[in-house]
Amino acid sequence: MAASLQSVNPTLSRNLSSPNNSSSFVPFRSPFLRFNSTSVAPDFKPLVSFRNASSSFVTRSAAEPQERKTFHGLCYVVGDNIDTDQIIPAEFLTLVPSNPDEYEKLGSHALVGLPAAYKERFVQPGEMKTKYSIIIGGENFGCGSSREHAPVCLGAAGAKAVVAQSYARIFFRNSVATGEIYPLDSEVRVCDECKTGDVATIELREGDSILINHTTGKEYKLKAIGDAGPVIDAGGIFAYARKAGMIPSAAP
Amino acid sequence: MASSVISSSPFVCKSSSSSSKKDLGFSSFTKSSQISIHRCQKKSISRKIVSVMAPQKDRSPGTTGSVKTGMTMTEKILARAAEKSLVVPGDNIWVNVDVLMTHDVCGPGAFGIFKREFGEKAKVWDPEKIVVIPDHYIFTADKRANRNVDIMREHCKEQNIKYFYDITDLGNFKANPDYKGVCHVALAQEGHCRPGEVLLGTDSHTCTAGAFGQFATGIGNTDAGFVLGTGKILLKVPPTMRFILDGEMPSYLQAKDLILQIIGEISVAGATYKTMEFSGTCIESLSMEERMTLCNMVVEAGGKNGVIPPDATTLNYVENRTSVPFEPVYSDGNASFVADYRFDVSKLEPVVAKPHSPDNRALARECKDVKIDRVYIGSCTGGKTEDFMAAAKLFHAAGKKVKVPTFLVPATQKVWMDVYALPVPGSGGKTCAQIFEEAGCDTPASPSCGACLGGPADTYARLNEPQVCVSTTNRNFPGRMGHKEGQIYLASPYTAAASALTGHVTDPREFLQ
Repeated sequence: MAASLQSVNPTLSRNLSSPNNSSSFVPFRSPFLRFNSTSVAPDFKPLVSFRNASSSFVTRSAAEPQERKTFHGLCYVVGDNIDTDQIIPAEFLTLVPSNPDEYEKLGSHALVGLPAAYKERFVQPGEMKTKYSIIIGGENFGCGSSREHAPVCLGAAGAKAVVAQSYARIFFRNSVATGEIYPLDSEVRVCDECKTGDVATIELREGDSILINHTTGKEYKLKAIGDAGPVIDAGGIFAYARKAGMIPSAAP
Repeated sequence: MASSVISSSPFVCKSSSSSSKKDLGFSSFTKSSQISIHRCQKKSISRKIVSVMAPQKDRSPGTTGSVKTGMTMTEKILARAAEKSLVVPGDNIWVNVDVLMTHDVCGPGAFGIFKREFGEKAKVWDPEKIVVIPDHYIFTADKRANRNVDIMREHCKEQNIKYFYDITDLGNFKANPDYKGVCHVALAQEGHCRPGEVLLGTDSHTCTAGAFGQFATGIGNTDAGFVLGTGKILLKVPPTMRFILDGEMPSYLQAKDLILQIIGEISVAGATYKTMEFSGTCIESLSMEERMTLCNMVVEAGGKNGVIPPDATTLNYVENRTSVPFEPVYSDGNASFVADYRFDVSKLEPVVAKPHSPDNRALARECKDVKIDRVYIGSCTGGKTEDFMAAAKLFHAAGKKVKVPTFLVPATQKVWMDVYALPVPGSGGKTCAQIFEEAGCDTPASPSCGACLGGPADTYARLNEPQVCVSTTNRNFPGRMGHKEGQIYLASPYTAAASALTGHVTDPREFLQ
């Protein structure tokens, strides 16, 4: 039942939870998943997946049209060089992100590594989700490890976008590949002008996207997403590769 | 792209005018000038010059790329892997992958995505090009951690993965003939690193393998899941920053000092999205393990990858460990570099990175009043055979006992065996293990990533209290080794050993020379 609903309306995939079966690494068993086993092709295996192009239960960007996007909610402000150990301490890396239960648990630990100086925590103790939709950062956000658990935990916690002055490349790439959180570049040091708890809206438009801080009344231009745009717009690396003909498309 | 604008940064020098003021021998640098240079550095990043260096010494020409448009080593490797004759920085290209590595932390997630996207019955693109190396959370009672190794075993069985360095007996690492330990050291030791190839790993320190003159970088689970199915990845060609290290390496200086020096120079974001290419007479004198240490921390400067031109040292190491054919490439004489740095290594001094950033550089001797609680020698950065040899050499020269708990975690089984078997030069035939015991260090532990990244609560040598630790590892952000208020000083093995003997951060020259 769940699977057929998913094929009718991809947005439902976010709300469906799969039964907790023993094979902890496969969240969905769609009857539409079939594997066409053939001999090895010269360049790549002709693996055919009959899932719809909006892949997983965890990606949110894939389910919505990409041309015009709005994020609205509370801001959580952090400083420079927020590394992956602060985003998700290594002791939680035993949680496997492609497992639905563990995905949720990862979200509950998002940004728990921030020092005690951050009195207001991103996820309240005892909660699973955050009340902050937008993270505002400084330079080099997401530096450190290549752990994909970092953008995943932020997305799992319920954050929608990060606005930072600059990103570490692996974090940025993982954000784009997973579609878990939308990474945006500000042109100025927005983290100095916003406070945790400010209400803000991000409007993504062709060319000029903006961040509006309703609490201060200030608006900030955001840089165009650049080369990552086509990948994000397609819904992540798999969807992009299908569109580019790199891997076979999902069957109609 | 010929050079045009010359920036006013003091770090950039043209090869012809070698004014000693511009050379980066830093013994006379004070803290304040270091700060002002950082500011200058940050402002001048956007105006970085492209400088044309003097032609390279005798090198065989690259096999790809027309002579008219020169390419750097990295550009050539990627061009060949993308089956193109020419690429330039900024190009987004599909690249064939030679080796994909994963471990116990990211492997389950990567395979999970692979199955989700390609189907439950999907097969990997090439079961001989994937190397699965459990190393992160091994010697622990944490059930999820143990489960993750079991998950990888299932995947490897199902997919017929040729290289799975399995461990089943957690109580005795030696009882596991296949188990290796830290992935980046194991990759090198087992002959998976070859010049000219493209190696990806689900770990940021995959850049270590650039020491072998290949393109090596870290990727996330989703990218890895994609590679598992296709053997390809979409990459943007990075521009190259060149670091020329010349001069004779002082006896008390190690590759760790060199890379900490460089990261302190350019900051933790100084090489973001870029290649760091290391060359020069000093580089040529380094062993493979020292070159690995250098490339290992490229990611700490934000770098996409690090490369060192292969030479006789490289070929000697590689040809003893693999029979897979390979073809090295080298930067063209007319290649374009986005930045040029020169260092006179003979003028450098041992340095540390103070809490809480790898670019928080200070001279070791200027931190001599910092009281420490423990020393940790281990990890892909500082837990290789030569790292332990160096520490043992210093302990032996000093002839004293350590004043603080000193934890030793060999990176791999091979390293552990070397620590117990190889004689330390100048010690009259003693092994590292004997010297460590005489100095009062902890017994060398089971090989794994250990406490470098904290890990599950029962991880050996984890920082569970707000203590001060001198460590040969790679990152010191808050909470890195466990406790959020722990203070980690990153250092070379020499500096770590010297510090263990005094109970303070100590320049190794106190005991060497």
